[in-house]
Amino acid sequence: MFAYVIRRILIMIPTLIAISAITFVIIQLPPGDYLSTLIAELQSQGENVDTAKIDALRAQYGLDRPMIEQYLVWAWGLLNGDFGFSFEYQLPVADVVGDRLFLTLVLNFTTIIFIWAVSFPIGIYSATHQYRWGDYGLTFIGFIGLATPNFLLALVLLYFANVWFGTSIGGLMDPIYIDQPWSIDKALSVLEHLWVPVVVIGTSGTAGMIRRLRANMLDELQKQYVVTARAKGLSPLKTLVKYPLRTALNPFIADIGNMLPQVVSGSAIVSMVLSLPTTGPMLIAALQSQDMYLAGSFLIFLALLTVVGMFLSDLALAWLDPRIRLGGGANR
Amino acid sequence: MSSARRGPVPHYVNKAPFDPNVTEVLTPEQERYYMATQWQLMWWKLRRHRLAVISGAVLAFMYFSVVISELLAPYALSTRNTDFIYAPPQGINLFHDGEFVSPFVYGLDYELNMETLKREYTPNPDKVQPIRFFCFGDEYKFWGAFDGSFHIFCPAEGGTLFLLGTDRLGRDILSRIVYGTRVSLTVGLFGIIISFVIGIVVGGLAGYYGGWIDNLTQRIIEIIRSFPELPLWMALSAALPVTWSPILVYFGITLILGMLDWTGLARAVRSKLLSLREEDFALAAQLMGAKPKRIIGRHLLPSFMSHLIASATLSIPSMILGETALSFLGLGLRPPITSWGVLLTEAQNINAVELYPWIMAPVVPVIIVVLAFNFFGDGLRDAADPYR
Repeated sequence: MFAYVIRRILIMIPTLIAISAITFVIIQLPPGDYLSTLIAELQSQGENVDTAKIDALRAQYGLDRPMIEQYLVWAWGLLNGDFGFSFEYQLPVADVVGDRLFLTLVLNFTTIIFIWAVSFPIGIYSATHQYRWGDYGLTFIGFIGLATPNFLLALVLLYFANVWFGTSIGGLMDPIYIDQPWSIDKALSVLEHLWVPVVVIGTSGTAGMIRRLRANMLDELQKQYVVTARAKGLSPLKTLVKYPLRTALNPFIADIGNMLPQVVSGSAIVSMVLSLPTTGPMLIAALQSQDMYLAGSFLIFLALLTVVGMFLSDLALAWLDPRIRLGGGANR
Repeated sequence: MSSARRGPVPHYVNKAPFDPNVTEVLTPEQERYYMATQWQLMWWKLRRHRLAVISGAVLAFMYFSVVISELLAPYALSTRNTDFIYAPPQGINLFHDGEFVSPFVYGLDYELNMETLKREYTPNPDKVQPIRFFCFGDEYKFWGAFDGSFHIFCPAEGGTLFLLGTDRLGRDILSRIVYGTRVSLTVGLFGIIISFVIGIVVGGLAGYYGGWIDNLTQRIIEIIRSFPELPLWMALSAALPVTWSPILVYFGITLILGMLDWTGLARAVRSKLLSLREEDFALAAQLMGAKPKRIIGRHLLPSFMSHLIASATLSIPSMILGETALSFLGLGLRPPITSWGVLLTEAQNINAVELYPWIMAPVVPVIIVVLAFNFFGDGLRDAADPYR
């Protein structure tokens, strides 16, 4: 087990390096930098631009140095918890971001829990009641959930909440708590508002999970040992829970790897529509104004979220399934 | 033990002519089945999947509409009806005063609600405006090249025909959705072609050669997959230069969608090739001196091409959704190019949506197309292996 963890961590390091490099290249892609945007803006307002001052600024932010050097400085800063400087807000990125990262984490984590909690009973029910009405109905709902893009769902929900209840379901807490320090009341308010985005983001993931769990359970239920157990008179519940369910559970954990990027993507755009104080809205603003370090930090954070999530899911899987733990990596 | 028995064993051969058809007579149906090609079998199997057939028909209609958008839309793309801003959808009626008229709509009377400042339109039962069919109306340039003004149906002379209402500039939403179909559906198609080519080449190389090439591509795929899709798309499309013309942006977006989508396909190709290259026929081809390109392209790929097409069909909707999401956020296509996502940007303002809910209409075709692609792809995947 220990060797497996070490090997898994060693694999993660080059991945993280590559991710940071790709992120850096992407945020450097747009022609020009924030300062040239700023100059253009100032000139369009008819203001004089002091070239000496601009050069000084450029030197201060290291924008005049070669690309590779800029990257190394940036990556070193990341390792030390320094995310760089947000040009637009004139503040260190860490200060601008505030608790957005934390809220994003909470949102995504809750969504995963929601997906599990909902798809688990439904998947088992669908598998044990194959081709009954309940199965058909749930499968159909699942298909709709899979096909409806979640930002459209958010839009529709927002509309109906406005029409029926006259309230806005946007936001992640009551307005009075915004920019307030954390307190129990604030946390409760967040919990109160959390369910809407969680349901919206979770629908497609839940639908996919139900389909996979159902397929897995069906495979297991047809195997000989189930027939034997039944023939020997094991109670139906025990026949279900003790053996087939445990084997069918693997993808539950293993699928986090597929699910996480999807959930993170979904939360980014849903939080735009519902104007949640998470990374999504700020990421878009930063991308549009070429606030490169801010955008880069968000991208890195979101990628990190998925990589670490996959790592944890691999660990959990190894812990659950001796086949992976013992043969670990031999057939990779 | 007589010596006469020595020598070759007498071998009995029936002199009567042998007709294999006599021993096992095939009915015409059986014969048809056994002689059918793989693609024919797939088609027969697909035909039995009713939902897939219906979805296929819907998709075929949608893609056909792309060819004749200009004829199908009652208005041109940017015709502004300044007297009818945010007009509600007009229902089609058949009977007026208990008498059958041809399909018609009631004209709209306009009034500004002074309290809510909402524009209120009421159908006026005196104004009967029959829809004209195969008629001449708004001028357009067919595919941007030929002038024309022929429409399949258009509003009555001096009348209006807003089946899905109008937007904030008084443009007919139905017409704009019809035009948007052209962009939204082709984005997925071009994107999938790009991702298909990359996926097959990379997956083919990795699967056929194995070893370090395989390892390298696996790592690259893992890294690409660990990025959440949408933020990455967003970052890349924000990087498209602002100076690009809309048509260049369109191709840029397609490229981005295609460039990041190939990983799943490449994995499928690789795992199939890894097992197929051990088969005897691959070895035989190798011994006869076939080059890797020929072995992969002529011997290995065709044996699971149908699977690939099915899985490609299943990944088109994610591209359509990607484009819609990007344009909705204002990072993708920009007017004057019109896609469903561009139309939906109007719906970002929740207050406008509350007063004029019909501006959310482009949601409907998005959901229909995505569902249709999913069902159709599912049917294809089931049909892809007809011998099972």
